[in-house]
Amino acid sequence: MDSALAVHRLHFAFTVTFHYLFPQLTMGLALLIVVLKTVALKTGDQQYNRAARFWAKIFAINFAVGVVTGIPMEFQFGTNWSRFSKAAGGVIGQTLAMEGVYSFFLESSFIGLFIYSEKTLSPLAHWASSVLVWMGSWLSGFFIVATDAWMQHPTGYALGPAGEIRLESFWGLILNPWAWWQYLHTMLGAIVTGAYVMAAVGAFYLISNRHSSYGRIFVRVGVMGALVASLLLMATGDGQGRNVALYQPVTLAASEGLFDTAQGAPLAIIGQPDTNTERLDNPLLIPRVLSFVTYRNWAAEVKGLNQYPRDQWPDNVPLLYYSFHIMVGLGTVFIAIAAICALWLWRGRLFEAKALLWILMLSLPFPYIANTAGWMTAELGRQPWLIYGMMRTAAGASPTVSAGNAVFTLLGFMGVYTVVGILFIFLVYRELERGPEEGEA
Amino acid sequence: MLPFIWFCLVALMIAGYVILDGFDLGAGAIHLFVTRSAAERKLVLRSIGAVWDGNEVWLLAAGGTLYFAFPPLYASSFSGFYLPLMMVLWLLILRGVSIEFRNHIDSPIWTPLWDAGFGISSALLAIFFGAALGNVIRGVPLDQAGEFFLPLWTDFTPGPRPGVLDWYTILIGVLAFLALAMHGALWLNYKTEGDLNARARSVARTLWWPLGLVMLAATAASFSVQPRILSNFREYPWGVVFPLLAVGGFAGMRWSKGELQAFLWSCVFLAGMLTSAVFGVFPYVLPSNTSPTLGLTIYSAATAEYGLKAGLAWWIPGMTLAACYSVFVYRKFAGKVRDQA
Repeated sequence: MDSALAVHRLHFAFTVTFHYLFPQLTMGLALLIVVLKTVALKTGDQQYNRAARFWAKIFAINFAVGVVTGIPMEFQFGTNWSRFSKAAGGVIGQTLAMEGVYSFFLESSFIGLFIYSEKTLSPLAHWASSVLVWMGSWLSGFFIVATDAWMQHPTGYALGPAGEIRLESFWGLILNPWAWWQYLHTMLGAIVTGAYVMAAVGAFYLISNRHSSYGRIFVRVGVMGALVASLLLMATGDGQGRNVALYQPVTLAASEGLFDTAQGAPLAIIGQPDTNTERLDNPLLIPRVLSFVTYRNWAAEVKGLNQYPRDQWPDNVPLLYYSFHIMVGLGTVFIAIAAICALWLWRGRLFEAKALLWILMLSLPFPYIANTAGWMTAELGRQPWLIYGMMRTAAGASPTVSAGNAVFTLLGFMGVYTVVGILFIFLVYRELERGPEEGEA
Repeated sequence: MLPFIWFCLVALMIAGYVILDGFDLGAGAIHLFVTRSAAERKLVLRSIGAVWDGNEVWLLAAGGTLYFAFPPLYASSFSGFYLPLMMVLWLLILRGVSIEFRNHIDSPIWTPLWDAGFGISSALLAIFFGAALGNVIRGVPLDQAGEFFLPLWTDFTPGPRPGVLDWYTILIGVLAFLALAMHGALWLNYKTEGDLNARARSVARTLWWPLGLVMLAATAASFSVQPRILSNFREYPWGVVFPLLAVGGFAGMRWSKGELQAFLWSCVFLAGMLTSAVFGVFPYVLPSNTSPTLGLTIYSAATAEYGLKAGLAWWIPGMTLAACYSVFVYRKFAGKVRDQA
């Protein structure tokens, strides 16, 4: 692999992976804050308003880091991937520009109002500002997913005389069948992060016997949100998986670790793919299940990697395989934890069940890992294509930016993001230590 | 026609960015000099606190619009100006973090650290943006494929092998710094009371002379570095309205009576300066410094017609909505900022 290309890929992978740690909480928490504000508005229970205020503080810190790490993403399309941008900018520039115009203006206008103006707004107007912030963040998510979906499964375009890619149908771009499952799946993943973070903080307060009344609200709202979202996450993941089977069958084979075409293909739970011997080592297989989940038919044929020439394979099969399995495995665990905790909640015993509270508290990092693994599955699965079936990743990088310059800026970003990450954890931990009662009127 | 419309819309959005984010950049660039206490620095932050993020969105929205309407321009300029753009990103991160993190902890270590971060990043961004404009006016060494890569500097002259920084682009950077510092001073003068208000006014009065001198020098230098400017003004004499706007704004900010009026004249000044530069190189959006035929024009860089039409269909309602939010927020946070602590 050309070394400049490898650096450009790592550059984008590093900055986008770090960035997405923040928007996933923004999008999930925005909805949960709306839930808290709605309960407060309907019941007049001021405790829910204070709970919303507490989460708004954490939301604000998280949002700020999401904004400053998000700007480099838009820039990098031009700086590091100029061939791709020159060819496809007329199409994906549409959704990226719409994100700025439709969601960033909305979000940035109302987040200031939501965070600083509770005292000068009526309860209804403050509730409305929280709804607008939530809508802005979810619109932003849509335009980004639509952009990625076009790279995964290009629609609504035509090729111009010079080989440039032209937009041919705006609605073809927006109503891309790939975009909608992926969008729902991504938003639900964000809710799972938000809900588990809220439940983990609640469990932390209950275990340490502080702010217990708030701890109970956080655990209750978090567990209910986590249960609903993780169940829907599985359903949308199924829809997305069938899109992959339809449009990227080689990606399906690679993520499942299926080297040989089989009728009644088994589902690999664990195992290590070996691309030299073309087999899965130490496999734990469930017979016929892969055929069923893919085609709703226990005996259906699923094509394995050996059906495709090697230059069509995703270029990092093991990492893709592990990302996919980590995502699905953790998704299953999330359902199990949320279901047991919801059952205990229903029986009125969750707040005394120390073991379950510990599990909730320690589960905090895992939704982040699962969401990251999910995006790695999508983007590694798209390889070796930058635009699936149309432009290879190797053809999209900036020809004039050398490896030396790209390594320089990659190191710069690593340094900056390390500092930003430490500051973020420090500030959020301080807010958690202060708790929801700080500064109460 | 459509490429021209989009050229105007992108120019409008960039002007919106320069005018709106310009005052919070300028306020940041001078805030270490106009304030005498941590409380005053907090007031400066409060004067921009609810709007700076929205102002920065103009940069993102303008960038996105440029991206879809003129993809080759976006691709070529962003990869060609790779190093300075990455530094702009780091400065934007430092600035955003400084503004948002500063008020979380009240301590003699934490607060001055972020005050310095806010001041340094704001000042450097103003200089970088000016130097970027200078690079576009001077032109870049585009090759046959419409690509280039500029080192940060070579021999500091705008010759055939220029760097991002040469005496001309540095001059434009200094001009941008002074213009935005003035803009920020007039904003603070408008938004604050008492000593801070008086100091901001005196900074604005002091900056007026150097700003005028550097503006004259930069204008003369621009005519010599980019001959196209002169030929454009000869060919389309009506274009003289743009520099007249700038001159009017420059006079207005000195002699107008009200604080708000002075700030608004500064907006006119910035709009006039920017449109003069854009008019001067039209129809090029990225001229070549070696051969005119290699430069990117609005026609050679525009995407196909359908995309430009589809863009109008969402851009007009979208920006109308955005303007409504902005008006709402600026009205909500109107008036002088006061120390509430």
